[in-house]
Formats: sequence, structure tokens, C-alpha cells
Amino acid sequence: MMPDINEIRKEFPIFENMKSGEVLPFAYLDNAATSHRPKCVIDAEMELYEKHNANPLRGSYPLSVEATDIYENARKSVRDFINASSASEIIFTRNTSESINLVAYSYGLTKVNEGDEVLVSIMEHHSNLLPWQMVTRKNGATLKFIECESDGSVDLEKVKELITEKTKIVAITHVSNVLGYENPVKEIAKLAHEKGAVIVVDGAQSTPHMKIDVKDMDVDFFAFSGHKMFGPMGIGVLYGKEDLLDKMPPFLTGGEMIDSVSRYDAVYAELPHKFEAGTVNAAGAAGLDAAITFMKRIGYEYMQERELMLTKRALDGLVKIPHIIVYGSDKAENHTGILTFKVDDVHPHDVSEVLIADSIAIRAGHHCAQPLLQYLGVNSTARASLMFYNTEDEIDRFLESIATIRERMGYGK
Amino acid sequence: MENRSFYNEILTEHNIHPEFKFDLDDADIVLEGVNPSCGDDVWLKLKMDEDTIVDGAFIGDGCAISQASADIMLGMVIGKKKDEAIALADTFVKMIKGEASEEEIESLEEASALQDISHMPARVKCAVLGWRTLKEALSK
Repeated sequence: MMPDINEIRKEFPIFENMKSGEVLPFAYLDNAATSHRPKCVIDAEMELYEKHNANPLRGSYPLSVEATDIYENARKSVRDFINASSASEIIFTRNTSESINLVAYSYGLTKVNEGDEVLVSIMEHHSNLLPWQMVTRKNGATLKFIECESDGSVDLEKVKELITEKTKIVAITHVSNVLGYENPVKEIAKLAHEKGAVIVVDGAQSTPHMKIDVKDMDVDFFAFSGHKMFGPMGIGVLYGKEDLLDKMPPFLTGGEMIDSVSRYDAVYAELPHKFEAGTVNAAGAAGLDAAITFMKRIGYEYMQERELMLTKRALDGLVKIPHIIVYGSDKAENHTGILTFKVDDVHPHDVSEVLIADSIAIRAGHHCAQPLLQYLGVNSTARASLMFYNTEDEIDRFLESIATIRERMGYGK
Repeated sequence: MENRSFYNEILTEHNIHPEFKFDLDDADIVLEGVNPSCGDDVWLKLKMDEDTIVDGAFIGDGCAISQASADIMLGMVIGKKKDEAIALADTFVKMIKGEASEEEIESLEEASALQDISHMPARVKCAVLGWRTLKEALSK
């Protein structure tokens, strides 16, 4: 039997607090920015501090051992979650940005040479663009772009032509945070490998919505954040193939990433600790572990079914309203819950502000993807992004509000 | 569904039918003001006769608040002396920060229509964009 969404919503303290009035009630349609968190995640994080608080990986007394176990168990959960070969391939970071920076500084700067090429897509979030601008600028390499079609898809034939013997890295988002289109990462990985390049995938927007299998996709690096998939802020993951990570120099140096240190030299620790300098975010890892357990319990099938139903409802409603442009595909299944749109004559920040007056939270702006917006020919857009826990009522309120915006801003109906 | 009071008729009217949103060819002072995080953009153009602003206009792109605020501002500062305009800008910023007295708000005439933005921290930078550009342009 399918779970009742109202029962699942009760597991989220923020929704309960909205019901009781402690938190201003809002239809939350900014899930691509960050998700809400169920109580089990918040509890797991709190429990580490309340019952198992000591610095992991250091002490041999029970508290430190417990903290270490919780932290390392979380690593194993992440390994299972994305089907990595070994827990050594799972590096904990703060977020997707830090994960990608790790690859850029440690792998990019040492492997990309003058005259080489790095290929990114026009759809990248700044976090998967700026690190590659840095690498190519610093090392005298060239940054090239995969453009997208008007529905947000990429043409694999064009990608094939862009990957050459000079290409050392292909960095691409799994799902665009503006258009919501899922990129054919498995096929792009194959094309990259045929030319001897590695592929770095930004999975920030895909991990909350679809089963990830890094082995099946055969990607070399895969980065994601805990906070977008019901986990805590401040914990992220970098997956990397072991043989690649093994040969890479540390990104940050310092505490607990060494085997031994002398006055002028150090022997670095084995994977994954080589890449986790300093005291780690054990509570964040515990929360991420709980988020994975939560997602497994709810199941992708249920989440995807609801998300598609809600996206369809929103998209069907939006296209019926005059003076609205929705960017990307005309099919709800190609949006991964993300609907980016514009209301004729009304600036996206004013759209967002009018929705705030109706207690609806969306995002307005460039969504940290300025090159894509330039490519689409707009300065900024409005974006509603859904999660399975949103309700039909919230979507209907959103549509009703959107339908009145032009009139409320002084334009005719 | 009620509207927020700050999208009042004065604001929407200045946004949709601005009086001073055009290119002023013979401007003496031209300065761009930008809010990088949201993309609001105002090119302020002023024609001076010694210390007096004799004409002014702006071109730009942005939300209703940033564009209407700049339009209202130009209506108020044309014909004023540099110092008077800068004083008005200071009072306006004070109002938006929620620190202005009743009398000061009254002195802002039409611009006082934007006073409710003082309750909207995220939109303060939109409202003050034209005004801070004006102050910068005149202080050079």
C-alpha cells in the first residue's frame, strides 16, 4: 500500500510547526535550493552530540570509538546508496562545491596541461563551472562548452564531436538546476573514456530524485550535497574511483590526514582520510546516514510517482495561464520537479514577492547559472521546484497566485 | 488574496509608465548602479548647470521596486542643488532602513510610497539602487 503523504509530512518538524503556528505557514516550492529535513535526520545529528560526542578517529575511549563507528557507518551507507565499489571511494566534504573544488585542485591542476581542454556544459551551476575556469586559466588550457537544445537536452552527436584527444576532463551536471533535464551521463562517460578523459558529475540535483549507480554510469567522480536530499547542511560527498583518488595529492592538509610527520615532510594517510583534513563533521554524516535510511523507507518509486504527478499538475496549469513562458521541455517527466518560468512584463523578483504575500516560497534570480540564462536570453527567471512531500493544494495555490500577478502589478488581465 | 501594500498604485504606475526612463544624450554625469546578486541595473544620467541638476533620466532593467524608485527619485531631484539631492538620498536611505522620523518621511513626498520596504530586508537594495547611484554620482 502506498504511504499517506499527510502521515509522511508529520515526520517533518517544520510542517508540524507551520500547523501549530510556531512557523509562518508557507507552501515551500524552493526544494532545489535545499530540502526540508525529517525528524529522524535532526535526531541523528543531535544524538551524536548528546550521546556519542568525542573527536572521531582520535581517542581510544568509548565515546570516540562510538563517534568513529557512526561516522564510518555513514560512509558505508553512502557507498551502498550510490553503489560504489568501496567505502574508500567516499570522501566526506561540506557540500557539492567543495567536492568539485577538491577534484579541480587535486586532479585538475595536476593533470590538465597547456593546450589541453576541459569540457563543461552550458547548464552548469557556478559550482561546476568556476573551478574549471580556474584550472584552465591557471594551466593555460581551454574551456569548451556543450550547448543544450531548447528543451534542455544535449545532442550526443555534438558531444561526441566536442570530446577530442585534447580533452582531459568532462564536467557535467546530472540534472540542471534550472531546466531539470536529466543528462545522459552514462553515454557521455563512455564518450569521454573513449578519448581518455575523465568525467566529473555534479549530482546535487539528481540524488534527491533518482537512484544513483556510479558503477553503472561508470563515472569517475560524482559530487553531491546532503542538504538537498533531506540531510543536514554542511555535509557533502565526493565519490571518486579508487585508482584515481589514490594517485591524487591531498586537497587540504593538516590534522588526521597523515601517517607520520617529520619536521619537513609528511606521509599522507590512506584513502579516504587523505582527503579529510581536520576534525570531520560526524554529526552531519550521522544525519546524512539517517536521510539515506529515510529515502530507502519511502522509496524512489513513491517519491517519483508523486513528484511527476505534482510537476504535471503545475506544468499543465502554468501553460494554460496567458503571458507565462516555461523554460525547457514541455513534458513534465523531463523536469525532475523543477519549473523555471517568466511572467511577461513582470520582473521575477516581483513575481516572487507577490507569491510571498500569498505565503508561497519560490526562487527568483539567476539560480547560480548565469551562462545558461544568458544562453536562454534572460537576465533572471522565477523557479518553482517540487519535492514529493509537496501537496496538490500547494500547487493549486501557486497556480492561482501566478494567474493574478499581472493584474496585481498594474497590468491588464 | 490581498496584495502587499508596497506594490501600491504609485509604485506600479512609475514602473509601467516611467516619466524619466529614456536616454539623455547630453548628460554631464553618467553612472551605472548594479545589484550583482539580483541583476538590477540602472544607468543614471544627469545634466548639470554648475551645482544644479537641470535635467536627468535613467535607463535600466530590474524589478518594479528598483525601476519605480529611480523614476520617483528623478522627479524629485531635477531642479535641486547637489547638496539638497544628496540630503534627500540620505533621508530616503534612512526611511528604507526604518530609521526616519514622520517628518523626514513626509519630506520625501512621493518617495514615501516606498516606506513599507523597510519591513522587507531582501528588497532594500532594490529600493535604494537609484538613490545610492545618485549620491555616488554627485559626490565625485
